[in-house]
Amino acid sequence: MNFSLTEDQRMLADAALAFTRKQSPVSRMRKLRDDPIGWSPEVWRQMAELGWLGLTFPEAVGGLGGSFVDLALVLEQLGQTLVPEPIVPSLVAGMAILAAGDAAQQRAYLAPMVAGRSSLALAWAEADGRYDPGQVATRAERTSAGFRLIGHKRFVLDGHAAAELVVSAQDGEGVSLFVVDPKAPGVRVRPVRTLDGRRAALIDLDVEVAPDRRLAGNGKAALEHALDIGAAAACAEGVGVMRAVLAMTTEYLRTREQFGVKIGSFQVLQHRAVDMFIETELAYSAAIAAAIRIDDDNPAERTAAVTSAKVQLAESGRYVTQQAIQLHGGIGITDEHDVGLYFKRMVALNAMFGDAEHQLTRFAARPGFLAGV
Amino acid sequence: MDLALSPKHTAFRDEVRAFIADALPAHLRPKAEIDGHFEHHEVMEWHRILYKKGWAAPNWPVEHGGPGLDATSRFILHDELELASTPPLSPFGLMMVGPAIIQFGTQDQQRRFLPKILAGEEVWCQGYSEPNAGSDLASLKTAAEDAGSHFVVNGQKTWTTYAQHANWIFCLVRTDPRAKKQSGITFLLIDLKTPGVTVKPFLTIGGTPAFSETWFDNVKVPKQNVVGSIDGGWTVAKALLGHERTQTAAVGVTGRTLRKCKRIAARTRVGDHMLIDDPVFRGKLARLEIRHRSLQMANWRALAGAQLGHAPGPESSILKIRGSELVQQAYELAMELMGHDALAWFPEPGVVADLEESVASQFCYFRATTIYAGSNEIQRNIIAKHILGLG
Repeated sequence: MNFSLTEDQRMLADAALAFTRKQSPVSRMRKLRDDPIGWSPEVWRQMAELGWLGLTFPEAVGGLGGSFVDLALVLEQLGQTLVPEPIVPSLVAGMAILAAGDAAQQRAYLAPMVAGRSSLALAWAEADGRYDPGQVATRAERTSAGFRLIGHKRFVLDGHAAAELVVSAQDGEGVSLFVVDPKAPGVRVRPVRTLDGRRAALIDLDVEVAPDRRLAGNGKAALEHALDIGAAAACAEGVGVMRAVLAMTTEYLRTREQFGVKIGSFQVLQHRAVDMFIETELAYSAAIAAAIRIDDDNPAERTAAVTSAKVQLAESGRYVTQQAIQLHGGIGITDEHDVGLYFKRMVALNAMFGDAEHQLTRFAARPGFLAGV
Repeated sequence: MDLALSPKHTAFRDEVRAFIADALPAHLRPKAEIDGHFEHHEVMEWHRILYKKGWAAPNWPVEHGGPGLDATSRFILHDELELASTPPLSPFGLMMVGPAIIQFGTQDQQRRFLPKILAGEEVWCQGYSEPNAGSDLASLKTAAEDAGSHFVVNGQKTWTTYAQHANWIFCLVRTDPRAKKQSGITFLLIDLKTPGVTVKPFLTIGGTPAFSETWFDNVKVPKQNVVGSIDGGWTVAKALLGHERTQTAAVGVTGRTLRKCKRIAARTRVGDHMLIDDPVFRGKLARLEIRHRSLQMANWRALAGAQLGHAPGPESSILKIRGSELVQQAYELAMELMGHDALAWFPEPGVVADLEESVASQFCYFRATTIYAGSNEIQRNIIAKHILGLG
């Protein structure tokens, strides 16, 4: 049992903190809301140089072969200023390629992303599937040239800007994963603005795909693992979001005056702030467990830790960001104030990779739930 | 970072489990099975068994009879005893006055009191609160008047938990009526057999006589019974609050109560299915268990810090608040799961399932968890001031 950071981990977290302070305060994300891409390719390359894009990927594709905990430390820092670069969308698509792709596919698709030359997106969600990655209506039909993919994917995070899409489709053997070039004829990418000031895409597919773009391994298992990684990543980022609004709110309580006194002297507001603090600590505790367990050899441990962290994130994150607005009063409702940006990011984090109800159902359905009963 | 217990601690946990399985007397097992209420003599029987094993006072230093366990092992012992629903030892001697005497007492006091606390030969209770001094403890009025070689104590203490079974009480008394609040208070040990002491138990809403009121009418107390300095009692009382903060979450109690909830739900038929398969109740159970897991993790974080000898971090301050709330929520869910059966009050055997017999009483009594040991509102005041810098 050990929760201490190694020297390397401490340096990594410090570097991420310095980056948010010097280069990416919230004002940068605020400006990028109006940008058609929503993030900066230049900053993306810089993140590659810092090693962040390759933290969880092997050296063979230019990565560092580190643990997910390392990445979680970075994501928590980046969450504090709502850094908009698509690390998590590229991470989940990349981890799916890592799990199901052969060595050539890994090199071909992961190396450019790890080097910061491009980003990746995971196209898995469909209209009638909600959060279930097994509900796939998209078909992959065999053709003389390889496969023809036909279907529709929704809310593909960073799908509007990614260089490659990892697409789930039924190919007769079950769910398989295909790497699709979004610029290929027969792929229609419709960018949509999301409430957190970012972009996703609706993607219509009726496209020829070469055989070497079908990932060799078990697509369903790779997809499920990738989504769990995404959930754990959302938890880490969400803790950063909570820490930031907690700090912002307590600072406001210490400085804002009404009735001739600082409003932080009112007990009802103090106790609300304490509950925000408690929820942040609990979400952090659960997020650490998920980050550690995500690589656990025992998949039951992984599921239990990730699902519970995502439920905790939803409950805590909702409470903390909503109360942050409440304690700011009217100013918290304005677009001009940052607290609303954090509130909306938390809504997005809660929805991505399976919301609280979905994860709660998974948690309660796993065999271990009734162990010893 | 790593969530696994070290081999040494895994071995210790296995040793504790094996010991409980072996040493818990057969006639206490049925109650442990159903997490029932133990009588005082049953608690003391278990105390003596743990004493023989050397585990009655895990946090005492070796020179006073403690087992010399590290912070993690102490937590494991505490947690496993809770999880197994063994009789809960009275904390007032072992966890409170004992450590106070170890830290602030004279050698004579240590020789006189510690061995008997450890062996369970003398039972203690706590005399802090008064009818008009609850959360505002420093406004206490019980007075100890200086009469040369002894004090004369007059006043009333309340919430003196299980004073009816106790031999001694440790009290905060006012020795300087002119001093401001926290100054002028003394930590005093009083033999409950002294003439002038009256103990009157009263029922809690749980239907058990857990509390007493204790009156002092011209009670003569020798001066050598002062722990720490005269008028310096607040320092002693404050130091006591700092002991074993990693155990305040009672995660073992919540863990065993959630297990009980699942057992009740798995044995309760509703038409053609069992209650555990009802998606609404299953969701409620899962939600509580997830909160419990998060708190456990916060607890492990606090413990890992303590193991390294760090001062308690922010995570340790949340343990009492959320831990006490979770115990209540778990019992509330048990009541819901029981349906009509929840209405049975101290039922004769066979009226409801054994597992359900004591739930209603404990559900009611556990409304106390958010009040005792510093109410959760006071805890929030402390966090607001000392961690968030508000006020």
